Amino acid sequence: MRDAILAASPQVYTYPHRRVRPRTGLEEGDLYTKDGEKYFIVDSHMHYWNAAPSNWVPGAEQYAKGWIECFHAYQSLGPAETHWPIEKFMAYTEDDLMKDVFEDGHVDVAIFQPTYLKEWYAEGFNTTERNAALGDKHPGMFIANTRFDPRDGDNGLDELRRNVERYGSKGVKLYTAEWNNGSRGYKLSDPATYRFLEKAQQLGIKNIHVHKGPTIWPLDKDAFDVSDVDHAATDFPGLNFIVEHVGLPRIEDFCFMATQEPNVYAGLSVVIGGLMHARPKFFAKVMGELLFWVGEDKMTFGSDYGIWEPKWQIEGFIDWDYPSDEFSDFPRVTTATKKKILGLNAAKLYDIEVPAEFLVPAQAGAPAAKDDAALVTGT
Amino acid sequence: MSSRTTDAPVTPAPATPASAGVAGVTGAVEAALGTVRDPELDEPITTLGFVASCTVSAGGRAQVRLRLPTYFCAPNFAFLMVADAYDAVSAVPGVAAAEVILDDHFAADAINAGVAARAGFVASFDGEAAAELDELRAMFLRKAVLAGTDLVCRPLAVLGRRPAELAAMTLGDIPPSPELARLKRRRADLGLPSGDGTPLLIDPATGAPVAPDAIGLHLRRASLTRTGIEANTSICSGMLRSRYPHAVPAQPTPPALLTPPATVIPP
Repeated sequence: MRDAILAASPQVYTYPHRRVRPRTGLEEGDLYTKDGEKYFIVDSHMHYWNAAPSNWVPGAEQYAKGWIECFHAYQSLGPAETHWPIEKFMAYTEDDLMKDVFEDGHVDVAIFQPTYLKEWYAEGFNTTERNAALGDKHPGMFIANTRFDPRDGDNGLDELRRNVERYGSKGVKLYTAEWNNGSRGYKLSDPATYRFLEKAQQLGIKNIHVHKGPTIWPLDKDAFDVSDVDHAATDFPGLNFIVEHVGLPRIEDFCFMATQEPNVYAGLSVVIGGLMHARPKFFAKVMGELLFWVGEDKMTFGSDYGIWEPKWQIEGFIDWDYPSDEFSDFPRVTTATKKKILGLNAAKLYDIEVPAEFLVPAQAGAPAAKDDAALVTGT
Repeated sequence: MSSRTTDAPVTPAPATPASAGVAGVTGAVEAALGTVRDPELDEPITTLGFVASCTVSAGGRAQVRLRLPTYFCAPNFAFLMVADAYDAVSAVPGVAAAEVILDDHFAADAINAGVAARAGFVASFDGEAAAELDELRAMFLRKAVLAGTDLVCRPLAVLGRRPAELAAMTLGDIPPSPELARLKRRRADLGLPSGDGTPLLIDPATGAPVAPDAIGLHLRRASLTRTGIEANTSICSGMLRSRYPHAVPAQPTPPALLTPPATVIPP
């Protein structure tokens, strides 16, 4: 079937800054079909990192080790048969990735999100260069996002420009908690960050993926505050802000903010990987809340590979529904909902051309949640 | 730390006479630790599995070791828990000296030394922190009030109570339950109205009754807040089990409100 599609439309999808040729060598089974429904899958948040001890910065070994062990603990929340030994987890190979993500994992396009952490990892944990080098070997399968750090000043602006020009990046991953020369984090609402957001927009960046996670500095501020995204999203209406991990552990603050900002999206990495298998009832509640507050048009799947393999997440989510009537006051989950979340929403954000047979009718699916509010909460 | 808010044990920790044995003091120390909560998860550190060990010497020296789900759990919350545990254990009659040690954490040295010296958070993180943590603690108490509102209201809604009816009820109208008692304590901790004659639904920031046109949103937000806290708790307990596989109950499910450490690092 894939061959037929490729034959019919040699440019199956195009990326904004470079034409790519369709993938080759794929078998029919690579295209994920379930119950007669065809899914175009974009893994919008995944990694190719190197956390091997040989990459640990001397003197910072305990942080480098603590970081990857923390990631590894997350993997334990997935099905036991998908757990890896820590040695593989520190430095999985290109072959591992291609098999887990594409061959077995059903993914059609994967978006690299870099994480530098150069204070702890000598070559960086997961840099734009490392990702793009892998992407170049497999044309059409990856999108290489880049990053910036407002504390890098003019040099950082130059690096951002070079990366966008060289790798055609349409998105950046911002790690606001990252350490940098003694500083242990920054806010999206900092003036220095606005300078970078302006430059990014000029360069053609559309999508700002914001990690909301471990914030260590300033220590006494709320470590997981999302209000800086609120400010930036209001002031940069031409950019999309994808809050990865939905602001966990502050989902409630994220939802309340997202419902007021049309350009804020929910990145589901960690939500599916961390809850769907380990805590299915909480997963249902979180999904229900996200569908209510954020809506199915603004939620994007990300496997967070190599933390979790995409295969079980995608197959499980396609089969998923609320487990009981207890969830009757949340928006319904339809096939269209799943198609949007698993790929079509991210395809729109990244201008990925999707063959017509994967699309959902414009009227399909539940409306965004706000209209339901009166029904659910009517007094 | 001076503003510790705790769940008073149903039966207060016994005032242990100095003559009581080590076992009695140890029991009292354990009970005292049960009043210390993870501020974000709103759950005792004992049921969360954060207390790794607790010993009392014949001379009354108490030593408590704490552990958290990850190496990078947020240091502000970690500091609060270590300091609160120190205060709670120090106050137990029969304890001559208290030592609380956080293990396996990137900021353990700074936190342990700061708490031992009664230095406060700012002094413990010289140059890196600018304010003490009282406001942070209050923020999470407000979240606990919202989540507790959902816990109390949801069973009533299942029985057919409409939102407008809930808004007309007082705390005294609600049948007694552990969830109700907890909600009252959280409101009292914040200085909010918590007597039987006060409204069931109040703004957790101001204590004012919820306006009629805001009731639906208020209840929806209470539900969302509870879900967020519960999701955190479930992830944190899973992470703790992964880190300390033999030290945590398979299903450390505290009653009613579940909540794990705010302290996890999403990848």
